[in-house]
Amino acid sequence: MGLTIEEVRHIALLARLRLTPEEEERYTEQLSAILEHAARLKEVDTSHIPPTATVLPLRAPLRPDEPRPSTPHKQILANAPQVKEGMFRVPPVLDVEP
Amino acid sequence: MDEYEAVIGLETHIQLNTNSKIFCGCKADSWEDPPNRNICPICTGLPGVLPVLNRTVVEKAVLLAAAMHAESIQPLSYLARKNYFYPDLPKGYQISQYDEPLARGGYFDVPLTEGATRRVRIEKVHIEEDAGKTIRKNDRRLIDFNRCGVPLVEAVTSPDLRSADEVAKYLIRLRQLVRWIGISEGDMEKGQLRCDANISIRPAGSEELNTKTEIKNLNSIDAARTAVQAEIGRQIEETSAGRAIHTWTLNWDEESETLTKMRSKETEADYRYFREPDLLPIRLEESWREEILAALPELPLDRRARFVEEYKLPEYDAEILTDERSLSRFFEETIGKYGGAAKTVSNWMMNDVLRLIRERGVHAGDLQLRPHHLAEIIRLLDDKKITTNVAKELLDKVQDSGRSPRSIVEEEGLAQVSDESALRTLAEQVLVDNPEQVETYKGGKTTVIGWFVGQVMKQSKGKANPQMVRQIFEDLLVD
Repeated sequence: MGLTIEEVRHIALLARLRLTPEEEERYTEQLSAILEHAARLKEVDTSHIPPTATVLPLRAPLRPDEPRPSTPHKQILANAPQVKEGMFRVPPVLDVEP
Repeated sequence: MDEYEAVIGLETHIQLNTNSKIFCGCKADSWEDPPNRNICPICTGLPGVLPVLNRTVVEKAVLLAAAMHAESIQPLSYLARKNYFYPDLPKGYQISQYDEPLARGGYFDVPLTEGATRRVRIEKVHIEEDAGKTIRKNDRRLIDFNRCGVPLVEAVTSPDLRSADEVAKYLIRLRQLVRWIGISEGDMEKGQLRCDANISIRPAGSEELNTKTEIKNLNSIDAARTAVQAEIGRQIEETSAGRAIHTWTLNWDEESETLTKMRSKETEADYRYFREPDLLPIRLEESWREEILAALPELPLDRRARFVEEYKLPEYDAEILTDERSLSRFFEETIGKYGGAAKTVSNWMMNDVLRLIRERGVHAGDLQLRPHHLAEIIRLLDDKKITTNVAKELLDKVQDSGRSPRSIVEEEGLAQVSDESALRTLAEQVLVDNPEQVETYKGGKTTVIGWFVGQVMKQSKGKANPQMVRQIFEDLLVD
């Protein structure tokens, strides 16, 4: 159930994490151990148990299609590290992908 | 060189025209609003919030599924979490549907030329939330979250389309359908209808499915047609030269009209789809489903076929009259009030009512001129109470005033003049004033009589009975 170092690099890329070679080694080991631990669940025989997506009653509560006032935009923009022209300014992440 | 055919499947995203967003009460339509005005902790993905599903979103999606003849509108469907990181997706995941969509199966017919029809199979119809918008300004990326959480319905087709032109026709018919059933404005300029196209080629007539590429971000019918055509051309060129096609994701740049390879490395498994833990399944009870489907109108192509069958209209007329739902209703209501030949009403609709609609920039349903007005105008014309010119003018006058055609005719003195002695006086004067044309006529060019009639029509402000005027001229010019 071990992970390869290539898989760890791929996961790091998806999560937009930059890992050092030492971290890649360490996480390969740690993630493999976590997966192996979780894999112990497979030992339980579940063949006679129906799949369960939720333990709550199987019905989503629904909302009428009525607009309500939004949050003042300044309040939400206050969370932005940088604001430009009323928008969140972010670095161009995907353009520098390896 | 071998003949190739294209194999194309589409994923279309349709923005639903609800008042509020899919999981929160923020206003859904932000077209005229500044950035980040219709946002809240739910649609911007702040910690600790919970989404609540908008009932109308389910209803509109069910309508679309039914209109696409879904084999199964699922009594129980699930929302799923699609994980990926992008700045305009603040939660780090999109709530969508995956293994248990709202509806499976079905088809959508796309009429081609000369009576042929392409039956495009539909694999699934599901609901999901839209992401925000990234605005690129030089090295800056600015994010507007207004569109986050706007409801989308996605329809995925089988690879059943065979050319760029068929892609365009599919989109045109889909736009017609979503407007017809009232679930979306389908305005591509506003991004309310967007599509991704999966394309491969094969030798014509074979059944194989080859490596496909995907074009993202096709935001107009023209863009879809041009981009798909370009990609088919590229694949044929590569294959003919003995080179392989790779499973690329391509981006269509509308400005430069070029396809560029996207550096996307994510595969389906990377999205780590799982059942959305914050939302319970959508249960569509039989009673609710029936209530929704009761609102499903006769569909455009069915109505088109019925117009041909029931009113004996040419295909061409039926096609134009069923382009938009309120127009088709206007036509049928006028027939009901008029009681005469359907083709007469059709001619008035296609020439004059459509002109009025175009000039005023409205739908037939929004005109102040109503079907009973049009029926009355045609009736007045049939009874020779007014001339054709006056009838055409009346359309505008009724549209502007909302008054009945009959009362306008009376008050403005527009009734046709069939008083022979008055018309003869006018005609004699025209001949006296235009000796050159009289000479031309006598020289053998008798078609000039039309011009004489025109002069009398002008002087009578369109009210003279044209047949009578022509008769008068014929009498006068014999002498």
